[in-house]
Parts: sequence; C-alpha cells; structure tokens
Amino acid sequence: MALKIVKGSIDRMFDKNLQDLVRGIRNHKDDEAKYISTCIDEIKQELKQDNIAVKANAVCKLTYLQMLGYDVSWAAFNIVEVMSSSKFTYKRIGYLAASQCFHESTDVIMLTTNQIRKDLSSPNQYDTGVALTGLSCFVTPDLARDLANDIMTLMSHTKPYIRKKAVLIMYKVFLKYPESLRPAFPRLKEKLEDPDPGVQSAAVNVICELARRNPKNYLSLAPLFFKLMTSSTNNWVLIKIIKLFGALTPLEPRLGKKLIEPLTNLIHSTSAMSLLYECVNTVIAVLISLSSGMPNHSASIQLCVQKLRILIEDSDQNLKYLGLLAMSKILKTHPKSVQSHKDLILQCLDDKDESIRLRALDLLYGMVSKKNLMEIVKKLMLHVDKAEGTTYRDELLTKIIDICSQSNYQYITNFEWYISILVELTRLEGTRHGHLIASQMLDVAIRVKAIRVFAVAQMATLLDNAHLLTGNMQRNGICEVLYAAAWICGEFSEHLENPMQTLEAMLRPKVATLPGHIQAVYVQNAAKLFATVLKSQEGNTDGTVTQDTSQLMIERLPVFVQSANLEVQERASCILQLVKYIQKLQQKDVEVAEEVSALFAGELNPVAPKAQKKVPVPEGLDLDTWINEPPSESESEDEQPKAIFTKEEPKHSRARHTEVDEKELARRREARKQEQANNPFYIKSSPSSQKVYQETPGVDHIPVIQIDLTVPLKVPGLPMSDQYVKLEEERRQKERAEKKKKDKKKRKEKRSGRGKKHDSGPESEEDITPAHMVDIVTEEMPENALPSDDDEKDPNDPHKALDIDLDNLEMSGHRPLADSEKIPVRSHRAAEAAKSPVEDRDADGIATQLPKKKHGKEKREEKKKKDKDRERKKSKDEKKKKKHKSEEKDGDLLGAEVDEPVVQSEEPSQASEPPTSNSAEVSDLDFWLSNAPVPSNIQEVPKVAAAEAASAAEVISGGAQDSEPDEPKDAEMEATKPSKHKKKKQKKEKEDKEKKKKKHHHYHHHSDGVGEESVQNGTVEEEEEPLPSMSNYCLLAENSYIKMVYDIQGNLQDGSQVVVSVIFENKCDSFLKSMEFNVLDSLNSKLQRPEGSGPHDSLAVPFQLPPGVSNEARYVFTVQSIVMPQKLKGTLTFIVKTEESSTHEKLDFKLHFTCTSYLITTPCYSDAFAKLLESADLKSSSVRLEGVNMPFHHLLARICFHHHFSVVERIDSCASMYSRSIQGHHVCLLVKTSGQTVSIDAKCDEPMLLGNVLDEIKQTFSQC
Amino acid sequence: MIKFLLMVNRQGQTRLSRYYQPVELTKRAALEADVVRFCLSRNKEQCSFVEYKDFRLIYRQYAALYIVVGVTDAENELSIYELVHNFVEVLDKYFSRVVSIMFNLDRVHIILDEIIQNGHIVETNKSRILAPLTALDKMADG
Repeated sequence: MALKIVKGSIDRMFDKNLQDLVRGIRNHKDDEAKYISTCIDEIKQELKQDNIAVKANAVCKLTYLQMLGYDVSWAAFNIVEVMSSSKFTYKRIGYLAASQCFHESTDVIMLTTNQIRKDLSSPNQYDTGVALTGLSCFVTPDLARDLANDIMTLMSHTKPYIRKKAVLIMYKVFLKYPESLRPAFPRLKEKLEDPDPGVQSAAVNVICELARRNPKNYLSLAPLFFKLMTSSTNNWVLIKIIKLFGALTPLEPRLGKKLIEPLTNLIHSTSAMSLLYECVNTVIAVLISLSSGMPNHSASIQLCVQKLRILIEDSDQNLKYLGLLAMSKILKTHPKSVQSHKDLILQCLDDKDESIRLRALDLLYGMVSKKNLMEIVKKLMLHVDKAEGTTYRDELLTKIIDICSQSNYQYITNFEWYISILVELTRLEGTRHGHLIASQMLDVAIRVKAIRVFAVAQMATLLDNAHLLTGNMQRNGICEVLYAAAWICGEFSEHLENPMQTLEAMLRPKVATLPGHIQAVYVQNAAKLFATVLKSQEGNTDGTVTQDTSQLMIERLPVFVQSANLEVQERASCILQLVKYIQKLQQKDVEVAEEVSALFAGELNPVAPKAQKKVPVPEGLDLDTWINEPPSESESEDEQPKAIFTKEEPKHSRARHTEVDEKELARRREARKQEQANNPFYIKSSPSSQKVYQETPGVDHIPVIQIDLTVPLKVPGLPMSDQYVKLEEERRQKERAEKKKKDKKKRKEKRSGRGKKHDSGPESEEDITPAHMVDIVTEEMPENALPSDDDEKDPNDPHKALDIDLDNLEMSGHRPLADSEKIPVRSHRAAEAAKSPVEDRDADGIATQLPKKKHGKEKREEKKKKDKDRERKKSKDEKKKKKHKSEEKDGDLLGAEVDEPVVQSEEPSQASEPPTSNSAEVSDLDFWLSNAPVPSNIQEVPKVAAAEAASAAEVISGGAQDSEPDEPKDAEMEATKPSKHKKKKQKKEKEDKEKKKKKHHHYHHHSDGVGEESVQNGTVEEEEEPLPSMSNYCLLAENSYIKMVYDIQGNLQDGSQVVVSVIFENKCDSFLKSMEFNVLDSLNSKLQRPEGSGPHDSLAVPFQLPPGVSNEARYVFTVQSIVMPQKLKGTLTFIVKTEESSTHEKLDFKLHFTCTSYLITTPCYSDAFAKLLESADLKSSSVRLEGVNMPFHHLLARICFHHHFSVVERIDSCASMYSRSIQGHHVCLLVKTSGQTVSIDAKCDEPMLLGNVLDEIKQTFSQC
Repeated sequence: MIKFLLMVNRQGQTRLSRYYQPVELTKRAALEADVVRFCLSRNKEQCSFVEYKDFRLIYRQYAALYIVVGVTDAENELSIYELVHNFVEVLDKYFSRVVSIMFNLDRVHIILDEIIQNGHIVETNKSRILAPLTALDKMADG
C-alpha cells in the first residue's frame, strides 16, 4: 500500500499539470487540436488511477479544456469523485469543474445530493463556501428541493461568509423550486438587517431580483428598504435598492413622492457616477409613474436633465453614452425639457463612436416637432453624405424615414419636401433599404392626395433616370425604388405631364435586367400609361400619336414576353395581345380609349396593416369546425399552386409592401447572393465598381451629369430638398408676419381677453400651418374592428412561478404554511442538524426582545393591543374595547408586527385568507407612506377604518375563544413558521422552562435554527438529557464487500408510491463497479423500472464505488394495498475490481416494507384532531408496552421519528399523536405513561393498518 | 444580473470564461467568438458599453487583455465597469505577473467566485476576496 502511494507520487511528478497544459497549447499553435487530443488521452489515463491527487489534477486540466470548448461531459463521474474528496484543495477543483461543466441534464448530479449536503454542513467554512458557489451554478429542481432546507439553515450561520453565500444561492433555489419561497422569505427578509454589510447586500440583491419580476408582492418591504437607502453607505447596495424602488413606484405613486427628495439629495451629493446615474434613472422612472400635476417636480426633471447634460458633455465616452441613454427615457414623458438640448444631441452625431451616434439618433427621433423637423433632417442628410459606405449610413437612412413618418406623418408640414428627401435618399449607393424608401413613396403618394401631382412628376424623372439607380442593379437594393416609381406613374398617370415619355422610359430594353417583380410592375403600369395616352388623344382626329404608342408597345413588349419570370411573361403576353387587338381597332378608327381605360378604373384605398386581424368573427361562425370532412393527409401535401402568382402580384402591394413581401424579398436576395457566391462564373463587383458607370461614356441614354466632388451627386431635374428648407423658412416668416397683423387686430378688438390661448413668445406647434392642405387618407379598417392589441407575457418565464403573496407570511397565525408548502426535510438528518448555541443566540439577537415572558395567548393579546394602539394613533378615534391596558410601550412603528385574525379553519392547508386580513398590513404601508405630503390622504380613511373594524372583530372573537383548545393550536401555528416568531417562541420556551410551566408546545417541523435543546419532531423543555441520535436507516444486507442500509418514505404526491433510499457503502479496498439492483416483484409491490424494460430486469446503480465511499440511490416502488407489511426479495450484483482481477459478486437482501413506511408525518390541530376522534368511522385498538425505561419525551420523539407521527398535544404524561398514510388513512394515538408502562390507545379508519403499525411500534420499543 | 464574464486576449482567444446562466457548450463558442469580435472591433475612442442582442456587453481593456461582461438590462453599466476594475485590481494584488494569471486559472476562478456569485456581486473588499485563497495557499504550504 505504502509502495503504491510512493509510486503514485512519483508518477505524478511526470504528469502534466495545468500550467504545463497551458504552456503546451501555446507551444503547439500549429497542431493545437492534435496536441489537445493527446492531452485528453493522457487525462483519461490519469482518471483511471486511484490516486485522488492525480484525478484532481486531471479534472483541473479538463476544466481548462472545457473552457476552450471541448466536451468533457464523459468525465462527469470523475468530477463527482474529486468533489467528494475530503481534502479542500481537491474538493474545490471538483466543484469548480462541476460548476463549469454540469448543467441541469447532467445525470450524475443526482449522485451529488448527499455529498453536497455533507459539504454544506462541514465545519470548514471554505468547504461550505465552495459547495454553495458550485451549487449556484448547477442547481437542479431536485437538488433545490432536497437541499433547500439545508441552505436555509446556512442563512443563519455564524459566519457572515457563509450567510451571504447562502442568501444569494436561495435565489437560484427559488427559481428551481418556487415552493421554497414562502417558507424561506421571512428569514430572507431578516437578512436585510443583518449586521454584516455583505450579507445585507446579498439579501438586497436577491430581493431586488425577485421584486423586479413581481413587484407587487414586495411593496410592503418599502419602509425597510427606505430605511436602508437612507442609512447605507455602500454604493453597490444603494444602486440595487434604488433600482428596486424604480420597480415598485409604478405600483404605488405615493412611494414615488416620498422618494423624490432623498433621491435628489443623493444626486446632489454623490460623487459616484454610477450612483448618480442610477438615481437619475429612478427619478425619471418615478416621475413617469407619477401623474402630472405636481408642479414642483419640474425642478427634479430639470435637475436630471442638467446632470445628464454634464454626463453627455463629459469627455468620457462611457458617460456620454449613458447620458444619452437616460436622456431618451426623459424624452418620453418630458420632451420639452430635452428639446432645449437639441444642440448637444446634434453635436453627438459627429461623435467618433458609432454607438453614441446611434443613441443620439434615437433621441432625435423623439425630439422632432413640426418646427424643427426640416432642420434636423437637413443635418441628418449631411451626415448621410459623410457616412458613405458604412452600416451607420443605413441606420441614418432608416432613422430619417422613421423620424419623418412617425405618428402618421404628424410633423411633416410640407410633403413636397418629404418626397424630395426620399428622392435624394435614392442616390445612396449600396443601401439595403431600397424597399423602405419605396414603401414610403407609395404610402405618401396614395395617402396624401394633394401631393400626387408632384410625386408623379418626381417619379417620372426617377424612371427617366433609372439607369442611374440601377448602375449595379444586382447588388443594389435601391432599384426597389423603381417599383414604387413605376407603380405611382401608372396608377396616377392622369397627373403625368408627358405620359408618352414615361411610357418610353418604362419600355426601355434595359428594364429587362431589373428583378422580376419590378419588371412585372413595369409591364402592368405601361399598360395603364397606354390607356392614359389613348384617353388623352381621344377626340383628336389625328391618330398618329395613338398609333405610334401602340406601335411602341408592340415593338417593346416581346422582350418581356421572353422573360424567364413567369409573372412578367404572363402579363406581357396578355398585354401584348391586347395592344395588338387595339391596334387593329385603331386602324379601323374605332374609339377604344374608353374601354381600355375601363380596365384600370377605380381606386383602391389603403388598408391598415392590422385590418384583416381585426375583422370580427360573425356570430354563429365557428372557424374550427370542418365544413366538409377533412381530406386525407396525402392530399394536403400538394403544393399550393397559387403561391407563384401571389408572390409578385403588384396589385397586392397597392397600399404598401407588406411585411411578408419584405421578408420574401430579403430571403430571395439572400438566396441570390448565395447562388452568386457559389457560381464561379459570376463576376463579383468590387465596391468601387458602382462608381464606374458614372465615368464610362458611350453607353446609351446617359445624359450629361455634372460630376462635382464637393457637391453631392445630383439627379438632373430633381429639386433639392434644401430649397424647401429655405422656402419653408420664408413661408413661415411670412405667416408669422401675417399672424402678427391678425393678432394686433384681435388685440385691438378685445384688449382684455388675451394671453391664455396664444403665447406671443416663441411659436408653438399649432402656429405652423402646413404649406398646402394635405388630406392624409387614413387607412381603412373593417367596420366594428376589434379593439385588440395583444401583448402576452412570456409563459415560459421562470419568475412567473415566483409570483407568490408574501405579505402575510411573517404575521403569526395568518395563513400558516400549509404542509405542502414546507420545505421537505429528510428525517434521517436529525442527528446532523444540531448546531452550536452561539448561532442560535446570534439569530435571536435580531428578534426583538420581549420584555416579559408570556404565555402564548397573552402575547397574542398584547400584540393585538399594540396593533390597536397603533391604529388609534393613526385614526385618532379609538373606541375603548379593552378592559386592561398593558403598560407595554408602543414599539417602533415600522418594525412592529401586526397580528392577524385567528384562522378558524381546521386544517392548516385549508386555512383561507379572509380579505380583510390583508388590510392591517396594507394600512401599515399606508401609514408609512402617508407621512409623505400626500393630498389624497382622505381616501385612506376608509381603509384604515376597515382595518380598525377587522382588529376590533378579532378582539371579540379572540375573547370568545378563550378556551383551552385554543392554546396549543396557537402554539402549533407558530411552530410551523420558521420565522422570527419561531425564535420568539423559543425564547418564550426558555422562559417557560424557568417557570416550569404546565403546558408545552411540541411540534417542530424544521430542525434548523433550533439549537441544542431541540430535536426533530419533539421539543425538549424540562428534561436536560439530550436525545440519543437516531437514524431511520436500517440494515438491508451486508457482506465483506458492501453494506446496504435503506429507508422507506411515502410519497405525498402519489398515494401508490413509496421511495426506497438505499445507501451503498464500499467496505473493501477494491473498486466496486457495474452494480445492479433487482427486486422480485410481488403482486402488491412493484419496483418501478424505466419504460421498455421487462418486469424482471435489474436496475443499474447509477454510480461506481471507490474504496471507502458510500453513495445513495433511490428506487420508487408502486404499492397497491398498504394495510399489510411486505417483504420483497432482492439481489445486488456487482463487480469487484482489484488491480489484477475482477470478480462478480452478489448479495441477497430482503426489503421490508413496514406499515410505518406508508405513513407520512402530517401535523394536525387539536380541534381537528378532536373532531376526527368523535367521528364514528374510526376503529380503535390499543397496546401496552411494559418496561419502557426512558423519559416520556424520548418515547414521543421515537414514535415521531421512527413511525412518522406528529404530536398534537401533550399534557404531562399523556400525549395525542397523529399521522396519515399515503392513501389518506388517519391514524390517531393517545399515549399515556405511568412508571415503566406505556399504554397506547389508537384509532384508525383501517383496523388492519392500525394493528400492524401498533405491532411495529411495540417492536421498536422492545428493541431498546 | 451578470450573464457571463470573459477574459480574452487580443487575438480573440478565450482565456477565462464564467457563465452565470447555462449556455450550451456549442453555443458558447459561437457566442464568445461573436462577442469578442464585437468588442475587439471597437477602438479606444468608443464607449465601453455595447448593446448585443437582448443584453449588454461591458468591456474593459488592460494591455493585451480584454475583460467582457454580459449583463441583463437591469444592471447598472457603470457599476459593472467598476467591478471589472476591482476584479483586475484584486488579480494584480494576488498575482505578481500577468502571465501567471494564465497559468493559474483555477485561482482566478476562486477570486472571481468570491466576487460574483450566481450573477450577483457578493464581495468587493479586496482582502476579503483574497481570504479563501490565502487560506488555501497556507493549506498547501502546511
């Protein structure tokens, strides 16, 4: 053995460590992959060795390789091995690897539960720390459920280092196991006031994260956070708290009002930019949530804007960026305050950083008004020219269009200007946004009737100069514009000055090189133009023009008839035949113009994009029913034949390009690009080639262009938008002058009635009248359109599950945690759970001290009084209902707790929430908030009154219930809370101890935080003797290789299942492999096997056991009847692997399903218990135990622990106990002791079960 | 909350990565490449915050080393920016040479785990961050 170790360490010296690996990879730059694969082979060898140091080293290297992107999931089990090493140096390597490599579907994770639990409770804080850190990365729902209680315990650890980590990881636990939120929340809340700032910060982090998703549940924490905010000096924490307030204020505007002052103070005082930024952000959020009408808030806005201006002016790009970001938030609600900083924003457009420029663009979008639109767009156009050839230019282009078209062209006063802007934009080379410009052109031309004449003229020019746009048409998205131009010219051809010329332009042979869908529009609209020409020549006796036109059509159309594009081909051949026919008629001097133009008569109105969706379904129409029997499946596989035609149908896009069209276009462009890339014969153009066409002379139809490098390229004949800016300026001046005159006149007319309606200062929005009256045609909607805008929340959001009402949680007596809500505690942990008393004291220190020891009920009453006192203070009209007043001082208003009405229901899980019970809590918050200067205070009075009434009622009912059974119930309820109350109760218990009280409280579900004196399922009070440690695991089988112990637990969720946890322990020096677990099923009990396996197949144990290691596996059994105990025979087969050989071994065992194992610890209230006993359907039975020599509480604890009972009530040497089977049988016990004799009277609705349980109890005690 | 932290060199090779939200291994490589390309393409005149898909990147450059942090919308950019610096200062305090960072990634991980846990900042005090590591070193020596 010793030799082996020496040998191992010598081997190790030659192993590569992480450093060598890193260095090696660096030195093998050329054949990195090969080098790494040899390394992985080495690692595989190392992992096969027994030496844990070697393994850890290997795992460490694997972690690095994983980071480089290599899959190391095959080593998952080795990682678990290293994790379970007892040496911290190795353990942390294991955990690191696990945290990097494991994810929810890693199957070995389920093996780690016990190991992690062990590490969490390790005396070494770093063991615990590393386990927590690791767990936070790979926690699964199962792990979260199994370990939630352990982590909750750690939240009260003595070491802040552990506390803070435990608090943080709870967030992950909540996400994976939402049921844990309610029980854990009180403790989490406590941690907000932890003495250690790190823990505090962690708690703030977690609650902020929770509250951000479900703010309404955390509103009641506002006072606490407010206190923290005004007291904390940690900027990281402050930022989080302020962020949290940002999430809360929309729900409670009064909170916002209260916040403004401290926030503005912080803004003034802080030197930390991050905090300043956060404050400004939250102030903005607050102001957004506050409805307007608070005049003093304009000061806050001004302050924010000022501070942001400082940020934006800063030379630090980061601050500039954030300043702009925050500014855009203000813009939404207070555009006026931002607009005054237009100069600054425009400056930012010149910034070197593109992301800053984009931010500035976003801001500009919101800053435009009728007044400044032209100016801003002019500036942007300058930037467009500067930004040649960048994606930023495309961004600019879309922004210009966005800015202009926003809210239905609200800010455009002059559409001629806008059209010319659009036309100017068509000069951009290589832009992707041709279709965007096109759709704008179409939209404006269709919807603004007054602009059509102008638009048509511009489009005609565009068509005439089409070659300029299509210089490199294949790659140039801008040719999409021609689509719009052609359509506009055709549709509104009556406005064309020279339709012949346009027609000629549209039938040029070069058109055939355009994309198919554009050609189709050309052809169709050429026909429209043709009709127009015919019509214009009507009555003209000289038929040459019409005949020339027909001739032109007949000559040019055949090019299109040959088009490869079906759409173009079909349209062209139809129209060609039509024209030929018309020509014939013309030759016969028949008047045809009327008939031809009838082809294109009528006008289509634009339809709103969502119109189709909003058509209401007529009554009585069910769209889901089949009209005919559904066709067979094979039929539906047919191609949809109409797709070919609808795709490029220009009529469809009359109103505008639909989204589908754009997508389709993009897709096809993409496909085309792909095709071109793959085509070796396709000559790809270099970026500069676009310019070539300007310089190559000799190509037909190119008019002389002025090439002036300083001036942007002009399309001849097009007006420049700049001219409009000037014109507009003049026009406005003139208008203003006229207005002044009018105003003067008005003023003369009525001198006194001035001022309110018209500011005579700077011109306001309304003053600017559009240059020409435009009638913006609104898009059509179906009649009685449905007013729907559906924005649904993401149903997959994990935070949805965390939307849990937490407000009432910490109030004693109100809606106790139902059994199902408790965090599962594994009972065999009882022995481990004991903790140092120091910790207990530590936790107690937080709870407020009670001045006197009190009986449970008294305490309650006093609290009620306290509550009442507070109410009185608030409302100042308290009626005297109390007879005796306590001398207790009124506690701190924020911290004091509100008592809740006693819940009357019998089962804790059924405890209902009376709606009024909430009001006390609400009024608490109200009270806090009402300290703020709120004008709406009056509204709160009813609420307060309601709370008052509720508490009054409570006093009465409390008084009436002043009977014995109330007492333990009370205690019971408190005991079910792992909150402050519990601690208070513990304190109380200690005090009780001194006084030797008669009454006792029994039930502790959670073993955490309880300290030495308590044990699972039974609280020790008088007796000093500690309980012996107990384990529910009993021996299953054992031989020289392996030991198996097992425990059986009922499954609460499924009445027919029990879970058998088996711990396998390797007792020998060899490696145990390929363990297979098999049980011979009986008729009644069956081992659940994975689907597809036979009824006799064995289950592989999902792990291997190195020497000395133990691990746990769980097996689910289904049982039918649970009234009888059962024994199942089973076998475990495994391979013992030694250095030189491996042998097959087997071990037989008998699984004993006792009736006890079908019972589940279920708490029960005494009155429910009493009712249960009264009901007739319970059969009774009894048993006597002789010679039991142990204290009564030990006896009870044993019954609780081994037989899954809970104590309902205990009086002296008599106790009632309760349990429930997985199939819902009630089992009630009355245990009495006198001397060494214990008598148990029992009742159960199933006598067989009862008899067996009693036998088992008897056996338990006969063994000791 | 913080989604991930990357340390990358100027060649775009990942030196250290830590994810606080599970990302598939295959997607990690793509994400890292993308993120790194994004950050490396920016010059010093540009701000350190980048909008990337549905989250934000905050990066800082130290000589040849870039540290990139991906955060959700709700995070304060400047505080993360400072956090990165804090992290680097701790590294600086512990490691004497920059190269040794590359060779002791596991230790860098320990430091990082002390500062950030499941995407939240846990500790910013330098000596407290280094406490477990110092304890570990003592353990190894002793």
